[in-house]
Amino acid sequence: MPGGKFAKLQSVFEGFETFLFTPDTTRKTGVHVHDSIDLKRTMIIVVISLIPALLFGMFNVGYQHYLAIGTEATVMEKFAYGLVAMLPSIVVSYTVGLGIEFIAAQIRGHEIQEGFLVSGILIPMICPIDTPVWMIAVATAFAVVFAKEVFGGTGMNIWNVALIARAVLFFGYPSKMSGDAVFVATEPVLGLGKGTVVDGFSGATPLGQVATATSEPLSITGVTGEPIGLYDAFIGLIPGSVGEVSALCILIGGAILLYTGIASWKVMVSVFAGGFVMGTVCNMFATPVYPASMLSAVEQICYGGFAFAAVFMATDPVTGARTETGKYIYGFLVGVFAILIRVYNGGYPEGAMLAVLLMNTFAPLIDYCVVQSNIRRRLNRVKK
Amino acid sequence: MAVVKLKKGYDLCLEGAISDNSVTPLECRLCAVVPDDFQGLVPRLDVKEGDTVKRGDRLCHDRQYAEIAITSPVAGTVKEIRRGERRKIEAIIIEKNENDSAKTFDVAGNAKSVLLESGLWACITQRPYAVVPNPNAKPRDIFVTAFDSAPLSHDMSLMLADKAEYVQRGLDVLASLTDGDVYVGIRKGFPYSMNNVVVTEFEGPHPAGNAGVQAANVKPVNKGETVWTMDIVTVARIGELFATGKVPFTTVVAVVGPRADKPRLVSCDMGTPLTAILSAGECADGNIRVISGNVLNGQVVGTQGYLRFPYRQVTLIDEIDNPGEFMGWASLSPSKFSVYRSFFSWLCPKRKVALDAKLNGGERAIVMAGEYDKMLPMDIYGEFLIKSIIAFDIEKMEQLGIYEVAPEDFALCEFADTSKLELQHIVRDGLDRLRKEME
Repeated sequence: MPGGKFAKLQSVFEGFETFLFTPDTTRKTGVHVHDSIDLKRTMIIVVISLIPALLFGMFNVGYQHYLAIGTEATVMEKFAYGLVAMLPSIVVSYTVGLGIEFIAAQIRGHEIQEGFLVSGILIPMICPIDTPVWMIAVATAFAVVFAKEVFGGTGMNIWNVALIARAVLFFGYPSKMSGDAVFVATEPVLGLGKGTVVDGFSGATPLGQVATATSEPLSITGVTGEPIGLYDAFIGLIPGSVGEVSALCILIGGAILLYTGIASWKVMVSVFAGGFVMGTVCNMFATPVYPASMLSAVEQICYGGFAFAAVFMATDPVTGARTETGKYIYGFLVGVFAILIRVYNGGYPEGAMLAVLLMNTFAPLIDYCVVQSNIRRRLNRVKK
Repeated sequence: MAVVKLKKGYDLCLEGAISDNSVTPLECRLCAVVPDDFQGLVPRLDVKEGDTVKRGDRLCHDRQYAEIAITSPVAGTVKEIRRGERRKIEAIIIEKNENDSAKTFDVAGNAKSVLLESGLWACITQRPYAVVPNPNAKPRDIFVTAFDSAPLSHDMSLMLADKAEYVQRGLDVLASLTDGDVYVGIRKGFPYSMNNVVVTEFEGPHPAGNAGVQAANVKPVNKGETVWTMDIVTVARIGELFATGKVPFTTVVAVVGPRADKPRLVSCDMGTPLTAILSAGECADGNIRVISGNVLNGQVVGTQGYLRFPYRQVTLIDEIDNPGEFMGWASLSPSKFSVYRSFFSWLCPKRKVALDAKLNGGERAIVMAGEYDKMLPMDIYGEFLIKSIIAFDIEKMEQLGIYEVAPEDFALCEFADTSKLELQHIVRDGLDRLRKEME
């Protein structure tokens, strides 16, 4: 009711109403029948595809924690620990982000757009487990306002919102976002997982270790010093940001996205191809000066956030290339730059985030070139 | 004969297709002409209420090009000139006389002026702008489609049945109006042979039957050029006009759709009231959406409306079949239809569906990439063109191919659009504004 007591809550009310009941709107002109798909469905499929990685990430948080304190625990205990440790970040991310979305929708007089349903779960998944929740709140607010709403909301943003949130944290609070102390939760949460850290504990991620490695051959170890290899990285029992650890679970999510056609296989395959090619090239010129070049291409893909970026970040249709040809170029370059930054920039052990953001910036240029060739074709037709 | 295989597009299999080809003739006292059907025309009346007209007599003409006439499909009396807001002419309603007197045209003269005066000119569309052709522009080529690929459409050769002899005559007349070629797009197995035309066979799903899509795949329209598009039924009518001197205004209409009592073919005059075409049961149900045309680009006319251009099909669907559906976006049911695999309707691909008119979501900014490309078999970046139209950037629109498209080409994109944008409306609006700027 316009002007009523609760007029300011109108878009919130509408948001919830359309969430619960499919609106009975029809149009008198244009197409008379419409596909069942809408943005709610699209976004929820992405969230579903994130769930394997999320659940495994929670388990791994507990797994790493109990490893660090040297206590035996059941699978359920590990998962429970991870769940409790993770939940505040998820709640805060959604509350802050959706809050801003609601306000923005009300100001613009729009319906609430669903984009943040995905960003809201992505943000806690790409941050280290020990990131303070206030930082998540600040970064989410910054990203939603300055990376999305100022451009016009969902569908209009230039950069991936979740990655902007991570970039804000990464550059604003480097000590809390990188290094050895943030990727493994060592403190008890709500009375779960009490204990002290064992001797010889190191919370460094594999890529963190590689970046600071000084000796040949590379030795990558888990939190208690036992060696870890490709298999652990593929399954995901390694320290790292919550969502990125398990290549296997990410691939399950990727399979869902590709099967439903929500994500473009062109982008996804190209990112892996780009990473593989660049990883192989770097490995061919392996040198201890750049220790990460000693990793094989497959290791490059399994460690760190590469797979997560390839499956969930680069495939964001809004910020990626939108032409079919452009998708190959865009995806390939994301893969190349991710490895390039990783290997040859000592300051950043992980390059996936920066590679995606960089290519987000260039995606419109790629599209421009592709569309321009169509335009030239049209002009040439006249000349003939 | 060239064969063009189109991969993009989609054949939407709706319930309620025609099963037998018998045509029932209909008799009706009334008939209406709706000037809005003829894109780009601004009607000026030539008759007033109470006037007696013959079949083929002028009812109105275009404001800008007075030679373009819209003529009466029946002989009778002008019963009502229905006006809407700002006295816009919405319909000219004619009550039939007992005698079916028809105006005889002198077909020996200039073919173009005969076409203009007969009213058949208005049944032709030109690109650019997808409007009734400008009489001063000579068409580069003429594209005729001999099949309709839209959902639930019937075989056009059925409509030709007893008129097939006129097709060649019509094609010859058209050939005299262009320096270029007359192209006819057919499906495999088209029963009639044609001379002096370029026949192209088209394979693939809808919109392969759109003349504009065929033109884009055979010889696309460039800036500054004009081509005409029409269906072969219009060609047969032109042929009959030139063979007999009289304009035929009867048509065969398919009454189809999930809510049609019994999908059927009827023959009647153009502009027949729907009350005469529909059964009593179909008229009584308030939840039926009565569409003159197909579900993709037809007009909602309601039971009180009239058969509209191109006078071929009436589709009946549910307005809303399950009001207040609970969390429809989360549905796992295979009966929720989607062309995408996000829903489970792909489990039964052969099943015919009964869709209602619900939007199934809210309007959003364009999010998903490449959706339009999959539904648009033209060398055009649909999404970029749509964006340039929204921004009304004329230079970009021209570069991206605005002159090649008509709203109907975007109908499937609109159907499959996640963001639920009114693409046909956007394109129509863009074309109209562009035409205003350019002419």
